Amino acid sequence: MASLDEEKPPAARKSRLIFRLFSFLVSHSNVVSVACLIAGCIVLLLLPVLAKNTYISENALMPGAAKSMFSNQDVLEANKLVRDIYDQRSVEPKSGTYIARLIRKRMEKVGAEVYHHKFKYDNIQFHPLSFFSSTTHSAILQNSSGCVSSGVNSIGIIRAPRGDGKEAIILVTPYNSEDIKLNDALSLGLAYAVFSLISRAVWLAKDIVWLAADSRHGEYAAVASWLKDYHNPVFSSDPWGSGIGSCFETNNLHKKNDSLFDEVAHNVFRRAGTMSAALVLKVMEKNERRERDRLDLLAEASNGQMPNLDLINIVHFLAAHRQGLDVNVGSFNFILKSALIKNLGKVLQALSKLAQSLNPTWKFGVNSGDFVEGTSTLASSMYYQALGVPTGSHGAFRDFQIDAITMELSPRTSFNNENGISSFLLRGGRLIEGVVRSVNNLLEKFHQSFFLYFLTAPDKFISVGVYMIAFALLAAPLPIVAAALFSSTSKATVSRNSDKKVSSSESWKWLYSAKVVFIVHLWGLMISLLPYPISRVPQTTSTNNMLAWIVLSLFSLLVLHLLMGSSRSHSEHCNWELLKSVSITAASVGLCLMSIINFSTAQIGAMLLVPLCLVVRPLNKQPQISLFPKAVYGIFSLLLVMATFPPVTLMILKGFFHGFSSVSMGDFWEFAEFLWVWNSATYLYLMLVHLPCWVLCVHILLHP
Amino acid sequence: MAELRRRFSTFVSVFIIFFFFFFVFFSAIVLPTLASVGDLVELEEEFTEELLLKPLPDRKVLAHFHFEILAPPSPVNGRHHHLFPKAIAQLVHKFQIRELELSFTQGRWNYERWGGSDPLSMANAKPPGVELWATFHRPESEIDHTWKNLTHALSGLFCSSINFLESSTAFSAPHWGFQPNSSVLRYGALPREAVCTENLTPWLKLLPCRDRAGVALLLNRPSIYRGHYHSQKLRLISSKLTGVKLEQTLTIVLHPSVERYGLDSFSDGSTQPSWSLNSLFKQQLMGKCALAKDSRVLFELEHDLASQIDETESDYTWRNAAFELSTMPDRVARVMKSLPNQDSSVLYGFEVSKSSDSMPMDVGIKWKLPLIWSSSHAPVYASRFLMGSGNERGSIAITFQSSHLDEWLSTGSDGCAVHAVVFQVVPWYVKVYYHTLNIFMDGKRQTISDVVKRMKISPSEDKLSPGTMELMLEFPCDMQSATLTLDFDKGFLHVDEYPPDANQGFDIPSALITYPDCYSSRSYQTVDTSHFKSSLLPKFKEGNLVQSYTEVLLVPLTTPDFSMPYNVITFTCTILALYFGSMLNVLRRRVGEEERLSKSKASERRGLIPLLLLKLSSKLRGKRPETMQHSSPLPSSSSFFGPKLFIKVVLVAVLAIFWNYYLKDS
Repeated sequence: MASLDEEKPPAARKSRLIFRLFSFLVSHSNVVSVACLIAGCIVLLLLPVLAKNTYISENALMPGAAKSMFSNQDVLEANKLVRDIYDQRSVEPKSGTYIARLIRKRMEKVGAEVYHHKFKYDNIQFHPLSFFSSTTHSAILQNSSGCVSSGVNSIGIIRAPRGDGKEAIILVTPYNSEDIKLNDALSLGLAYAVFSLISRAVWLAKDIVWLAADSRHGEYAAVASWLKDYHNPVFSSDPWGSGIGSCFETNNLHKKNDSLFDEVAHNVFRRAGTMSAALVLKVMEKNERRERDRLDLLAEASNGQMPNLDLINIVHFLAAHRQGLDVNVGSFNFILKSALIKNLGKVLQALSKLAQSLNPTWKFGVNSGDFVEGTSTLASSMYYQALGVPTGSHGAFRDFQIDAITMELSPRTSFNNENGISSFLLRGGRLIEGVVRSVNNLLEKFHQSFFLYFLTAPDKFISVGVYMIAFALLAAPLPIVAAALFSSTSKATVSRNSDKKVSSSESWKWLYSAKVVFIVHLWGLMISLLPYPISRVPQTTSTNNMLAWIVLSLFSLLVLHLLMGSSRSHSEHCNWELLKSVSITAASVGLCLMSIINFSTAQIGAMLLVPLCLVVRPLNKQPQISLFPKAVYGIFSLLLVMATFPPVTLMILKGFFHGFSSVSMGDFWEFAEFLWVWNSATYLYLMLVHLPCWVLCVHILLHP
Repeated sequence: MAELRRRFSTFVSVFIIFFFFFFVFFSAIVLPTLASVGDLVELEEEFTEELLLKPLPDRKVLAHFHFEILAPPSPVNGRHHHLFPKAIAQLVHKFQIRELELSFTQGRWNYERWGGSDPLSMANAKPPGVELWATFHRPESEIDHTWKNLTHALSGLFCSSINFLESSTAFSAPHWGFQPNSSVLRYGALPREAVCTENLTPWLKLLPCRDRAGVALLLNRPSIYRGHYHSQKLRLISSKLTGVKLEQTLTIVLHPSVERYGLDSFSDGSTQPSWSLNSLFKQQLMGKCALAKDSRVLFELEHDLASQIDETESDYTWRNAAFELSTMPDRVARVMKSLPNQDSSVLYGFEVSKSSDSMPMDVGIKWKLPLIWSSSHAPVYASRFLMGSGNERGSIAITFQSSHLDEWLSTGSDGCAVHAVVFQVVPWYVKVYYHTLNIFMDGKRQTISDVVKRMKISPSEDKLSPGTMELMLEFPCDMQSATLTLDFDKGFLHVDEYPPDANQGFDIPSALITYPDCYSSRSYQTVDTSHFKSSLLPKFKEGNLVQSYTEVLLVPLTTPDFSMPYNVITFTCTILALYFGSMLNVLRRRVGEEERLSKSKASERRGLIPLLLLKLSSKLRGKRPETMQHSSPLPSSSSFFGPKLFIKVVLVAVLAIFWNYYLKDS
């Protein structure tokens, strides 16, 4: 390719600097692309080192400024509710409505407005074109629907004494109404204690809504259906006929006690204004014994959306610095154990020491332990964002632009240790009270801090400006290589046709490759919609579905090939370099679009797709080199192509983590189903960007 | 001559003496009668103060202060008043006010628990923030101008930003939605206005005794602002015949302080907390305002509560089986029963004049029995909320829940119907599409013409006027619930209309729902037949329309990034610079010349240092350097990016590093 330069006319060489620079990059595309690729990977690995400490950006929040009011008396209240739930469980173990009734009574006792929300669990449905819309009008509640397939949420609202009722803070406690465990009961008790404390608070400016979500069939569904009815209610059905009362009547042993149950009053859906933040509260039992109570923060919502960093900051600040909890965000254990990362950390530590010895003002201070932990947290943060599936019921709030976070509290002792539990409840209650009070202080909405970030520790983050560099470096080679390929083919045709008259069809030759690329992308769109009819076929296993999907997509590819690519004379003209150039361009456009929708998907996708696009070239048109490197190159590209086929990638990953014996055909179908159920844009990326690009790469590899 | 003069002087002196006597006589006899005639025409200014206390079902206490100053028309006094505040008198005179009501409210009235239909709550439940409406004795064309001046005057008087109602985007002119027939009415609301002592102090200054004596002495700031609801109101009624009447009311809902962990005791027994004036206000009531004609504390038991007490078969003396009052009331009154099955509430009256500094009055109640009652129900509960999410569009929904319609309408037949008038003002940046009005009743969609009986809509104009909607709806009596939805788009404000910081959102003021079929009135009858003259009770007697205000809504609008102008400036400047640079470059460049020049340049191209050396040597030799050296061929591009460049770059880099880390530190 370097030989091209000699043939350039001198006038072109003396053009402006920017063009010269670009032509320099293009002419050295091989070196540049490899350098960019390596630099991108290095920056990605260095991200934990570049992370900054978090800080509370919004001054109005003032976490921990006020003395906590939550006392041992409130802990007793919490314990009392837990005991009541357990007593009732022994009386009527089958029905789950006794918990809703108990909670309703407690809520009424503290002076809250109470109602029950009955909802129906939606079955898994594939909505092909609703990936970015939150307003899906699902099946309307039918009068005949029993209480078995539906759940009953209990909601209490405390109106702020002097507030204007324009904003609300939401507390969510999911509990399994069919089989209540001690941890669910504890979370209900804790929420009740905080709720009753707040009902007496004089500082309240926003309404407080406590949602006890019936998570019999999944907590996300319960929260999401309540949110949907809150924001987009359906009036055209008859909600009064559906009768929450019937749910309580059918298996109610204590009708006399329940005489106060006013069906209309408890059926009316009440609202409390715009939601400013939501806290999902869960108590978990972790069997390991530790020195401190533990708090796990889950924040990833659908399509890699995160709550405002300030929300995480105040929770972390109050938990770590006021209540002395051990705060954790999700991390991958296998990275913590990985020797490679450990060694890398040690090398970085040594390097930073070397740098420090050269100049003491350089403050890199890399600690290998921190690096390993940061890497594992970053990897998990990136993985969950890339998957595009919310990590908990807080994800339902993000669909309505509400900042939400899940707090999983786990005590240091076992649940049998009463003292341990009491002090745990005290800390948890103070933490929640503090967070509610902070959010209550907020005059505006959360806007001051970051929305686009990765966490490497609960108190360290990487902002968009830093992590964008890695992706930019990874994606930069694609347009350069595309331009290089295009210019080389145009040069080739010019040299070939130098003696002849250049026909107009020759200069528009790239259109044929563009057509091929377009057809393949069209095919991608088609097969991304195929699961909809396939999933409608009743009673099939995922393996069968997967096979059907593969067969149908192969068949459709064949049909498209016959229909659109029938004129073989043209396709013979089709030069592989042009084809590669156009397909790389399409892939880079797709990646850049995806980086806007869900950055992590684009980042991970780029790590797979960019090497593939750069490496691939026809097997029988290798450069003029000796046999051995040629063979190595061929095998390498074949392996790469194999590995980047999405089902194979999934299979390799699964085999790597869970052992290869668990791998089956239907895995990919299940994965795809998982993605579309959660409306993840990752599915669209896989089907509309990754797969067509992969098919084109295979096409180039097998090009005659 | 002198004789004449002396006679004349005696005549004058006699005349003067006679005149003096006559004057004395006249003034002694005639003037009092004249004055008494004047008294018959001109009534005196009157001031009355009253405080009404009422226990509420949710363990709270309602305290309603009522001050009334009456200034009859007085041609003699002119602009001078004994009691009537001069500031208000001037206001009335200057702006020719016929009627005016200004309310400052903090907190929300709870229609379900504190009363949804009794005359007291109907008159005093106000939307949060400031609400102002006024009618004038002026021709239609001058009203807008008068209104604008009035808002400025009031904002100065009450230390609040009522002047924001001046802009035509903030107020509206309802026709029949707010009051039945009002053509010259102007209405405006500021839901975001914070209410505090700075608004209360000027309000108290209008009282003759301020808060130094009388009932107003109880207004201890920390205790009244700790309450759950706080609404101070000023109402002016003026006419040529009756003069000016100024009513100042303050309605507070307080929570009697209970021990914090007495929670269990009262939740099980559910005995109401006992309280007294002293414990509620942390202030003692010592004597009446000396200028007040009447000064009275009233204590009301609601009809549901009264019927509960009836069941306990105790009489209405101040000490009975259910409760015990701390002071003996001077009078007891009961509501006249209009319907036989209707319960009647009980009223106890206490004269403040009986108290003094040494013997303060401390009206209070001590409950003996646990009683649960409910306050008066509204026929229909209305609530309003926003639907949808995102920054682009949404909808407003108003739901109506029928609660006790049968109590209100005696005819329970199928044909009966209840009317509701909805009056809603929406700011212009919420662009409501009125054609999207949908009405659902009991889950079924209705055609608009079946439900809407009367409709007046003035759509908003951008930056000019808000959208006003007046709707009269007709619901059948057996309706359970109805919903009314309207879609809207969120508009964009002008750059300088945004608040300076990223904001919470923008408010839609409360809508007002009136039920023209339902009147709430209550007339009291004393148990002992003594006359019970009060300024507050006739207010209850007048038929008040049942009405309710809905919630204030918060609409988050798209807030632009205000660092954007900076970005835009840098962006556009860069683009302009690039554009003009390249344009100029292209325009002033001559291609042929260029090529020739580049050829010659390329031929003489050599390194900087040799060139300098050459120049130096030529200087030394006193000769111009040779410009033409045609011998060298075109250098290849590899020479441009060749080792020379590389060496230069490395050299510069090494120098930079050297300078940065070894020279800078030293």
